[in-house]
Amino acid sequence: MIIASNVSKKFGRLKVLDNISVACSKGECIALIGPNASGKTTLIKTILGMVVQDSGFITFNGNNILHHWQYREQIGYMPQTGRYPDNMTIGHVFNMMKDIRGTRAVLDEDLVNAFQLKALLNKRMRTLSGGTRQKVSASLAFLFDPSVLILDEPTAGLDPVASEILKEKIITEKKKGKLILITSHILSELDDLVTQVIYMQEGKLCFHKSIEELRTDTGEEKLNRAIAKIMSKV
Amino acid sequence: MGGYAEMRLSYLIVSFFICFSISARTIRVGSNRMYKNITAGIEAAEEGDTVLVDAGHYKERNLIINKSIVLAGINYPVLDGEKKYEIISVKTNRVVVNGFRIVHSGVSSLEDISGIKIYECRDVIIKNNILEDTFFGIYTQNGLNCIIENNILKATGKEEQQSGNGIHCWKSDSMRIIGNTVSGHRDGIYFEFVTNSIIWRNTSFQNLRYGLHFMFSHNNAYVTNIFQNNGAGVAVMYSHGVKMFNNYFLENWGDAAYGLLLKEITDSYIGGNHFEKNTSGIYMEGASRIEMEKNNFLGNGWAMKIQASCMDISVVKNNFIANTFDVSTNGSMMLNFFNNNYWDKYEGYDLNKDRIGDIPYRPVSLYSMIVEKNPPAMVLFRSFITSLMDKTEKILPGITPENLKDDHPMMRRL
Amino acid sequence: MTKIVKYVMADIIRNRIVLLYTAFLFIISFSMFSLEDNNSKALLSLLNIILIIVPLVSIIFSTIYVYNSSEFIELLVSQPLKRKTIWLSLFTGLAGSLSLAFLTGAGIPILIYQANAIGFMMIAMGLLLSIIFVAIAMLAVVKTRDKARGIGAAILLWLYFSLLFDGLVLFFLFQFADYPLEKPMIAVSALNPVDLGRILILMQMDVSAMMGYTGAVFKDFFGTYPGVIFSFGMMFLWTILPVWLSTRKFNHKDL
Repeated sequence: MIIASNVSKKFGRLKVLDNISVACSKGECIALIGPNASGKTTLIKTILGMVVQDSGFITFNGNNILHHWQYREQIGYMPQTGRYPDNMTIGHVFNMMKDIRGTRAVLDEDLVNAFQLKALLNKRMRTLSGGTRQKVSASLAFLFDPSVLILDEPTAGLDPVASEILKEKIITEKKKGKLILITSHILSELDDLVTQVIYMQEGKLCFHKSIEELRTDTGEEKLNRAIAKIMSKV
Repeated sequence: MGGYAEMRLSYLIVSFFICFSISARTIRVGSNRMYKNITAGIEAAEEGDTVLVDAGHYKERNLIINKSIVLAGINYPVLDGEKKYEIISVKTNRVVVNGFRIVHSGVSSLEDISGIKIYECRDVIIKNNILEDTFFGIYTQNGLNCIIENNILKATGKEEQQSGNGIHCWKSDSMRIIGNTVSGHRDGIYFEFVTNSIIWRNTSFQNLRYGLHFMFSHNNAYVTNIFQNNGAGVAVMYSHGVKMFNNYFLENWGDAAYGLLLKEITDSYIGGNHFEKNTSGIYMEGASRIEMEKNNFLGNGWAMKIQASCMDISVVKNNFIANTFDVSTNGSMMLNFFNNNYWDKYEGYDLNKDRIGDIPYRPVSLYSMIVEKNPPAMVLFRSFITSLMDKTEKILPGITPENLKDDHPMMRRL
Repeated sequence: MTKIVKYVMADIIRNRIVLLYTAFLFIISFSMFSLEDNNSKALLSLLNIILIIVPLVSIIFSTIYVYNSSEFIELLVSQPLKRKTIWLSLFTGLAGSLSLAFLTGAGIPILIYQANAIGFMMIAMGLLLSIIFVAIAMLAVVKTRDKARGIGAAILLWLYFSLLFDGLVLFFLFQFADYPLEKPMIAVSALNPVDLGRILILMQMDVSAMMGYTGAVFKDFFGTYPGVIFSFGMMFLWTILPVWLSTRKFNHKDL
């Protein structure tokens, strides 16, 4: 569904993406992991078109994303930190997004209901806590029932209950056959979610394996231990 | 009995003759009268007679009045110079010309052809006439004690060369110019070598050059006249003993236009005048010993431009309101005196409540001096940088004349 | 585009700074008109506000607002929208709400006390300067990634347009004092929207002073229809050029 071929990106002298090629297909839930500043967020931003790669190309359903901005209709994105204009209310943000996407989309309000955001619709964004803002971001990502979900550190800042709700939702969506890309530091919470792992370091793609492959390779059941084992080898 | 009656009759006849010869005759001129034209009427008249002219259109070529008569019109008979002639020439004393419409004099670049011209004589009265399209209007040369009153002069010249002056006096004395209205001439009122005369209640507007212009004319008074919207305002030069009271100098706009231009004027008094919306209210060059008080300067570009060549000018108790620049000068020396004026730009205070500001006001701004030296700097007018410079200069004067200041500025309008 | 503009504007007009700015303009304009005994002094103070405060507030507020919206902009970019649409919506939202603030704060008092050519010219210039400085701010933001440097650049730009430029002009005038510079000055003034605004308002205000020789040259140009059209054209260019440049830059910018 999403294919990146030989994507490279430099910020000044720093090579953030170094000749990355990766293919993500439907029904997968892919964990994008690696140490800080390994290029995870940049890769996501490149896929979303926020960062334009210096070389290589990315296709979405066979179309080069450089020329087809409409592909983003099929993506739900949850940023690492959701900051919204101070004086917009939650209601405004939802309404604006609905206006942008148009009314033909079928709304998936599961998370909105689960997080009980309807009661907060008139709250201004600047009065909200970071956790509530994350809830808004998560609800927005799932709202339009997109076929691809890109979640950047989704559980950071969420309380355990909300985290659990979000995980449940991710699993439900995965079962519907959607492509889900997650970056996270907390590997333990990815265990029951992911089907594949992409590991990046210093802008390079170290490996892209299915979770089963990883388990058999390392003999470890838990993801964090498997990764630790690999890292010690590298 | 009979002798008495005879005597009475002869007495009557004699007294009738006496009356006839002393009291003037009235000679009527008109299409239904004995005299069909004015020339004939004047020819028939004797000293002291009145020639009364009916309304009508008269083409008399050049009408020469060489007898002391009254020439009066009924309902403004028209005297037409057919664009060739001087219309009325007064060549003797004690002539009155009253109530004519005098139109289309000749135009010449060699002679000063006029609507009415007074040649070397005295006690002439020109009043209640309307002059239209004349080259010069009313012209006096070597006149003495003449009155020019309530005439309306309207010319239509487009260029200075094709237009003469409205009321023009040359080498005259004790003239009275009262209540006339002059427009469209080169200079509205022009004096050269005229002394001891008064100009009172005239209106001079939309003249091509100056509303009032005089040179070498000493000891004259100018009272309650209105000079409005003239090409170059009012210019007075090389005279002393000039007194100007309660005149209005209005809307004289242009680069070389001045409400009042004073050049080499000395020992004069300018009081109670009103200068409004002129490019420069007063411009002074080489003027000295002039007292200026109780004048109003309203909304002028420069209320007063005093060149460094002026001295002993005293500016007291005037109002300076809404002028772009109050005073500008081109030098750093200043030998003039400012006191007790009201300046609307004054930002001082009055702690003892005597209505006099406690700190001096400096009417010359740094920017006005910059513009004086470098006119294109006008493009920066009212910009942040120039107001910043002015403020700095006010606190630390360095370039503007140190002693040009009003030590006792008034807090309220006088 | 209107979908985003609507929400951006709704956000900005409820911003505390913008509300304060509107109130400041309103109180200052009203008090000046009612306290000064002659209107011309009030107009003069108002002129200074339009030429100094309005650009300052516009440029600084816009810069900070766009920087603070960087995450929001990212979110918008991840939506099915053209980048051009997002950037222009942001510009329209900022320009629209700051114009609205000026219109309510200064426009209403001006219309009440001075509903004539001067007043209308002042309102027009206030609006145009608001918009132009939003456009310049957005260009500054898109060129610098760092927020502190961006705000610094915005302040410098404001200083340049309201002070340094005129200082340079003055310097230039004295360097070339021997040449007739009246006509070149017309061209030079077109290089600064603040100067253009000032001259256009002055043309309505200080008739007498502008009538001197230099004034007459300016009047002959800026006081005529072609001159006014030229000046407004330049002002529009001052809006369109930064907007166009910043949009082009934003289209390829890495967020």
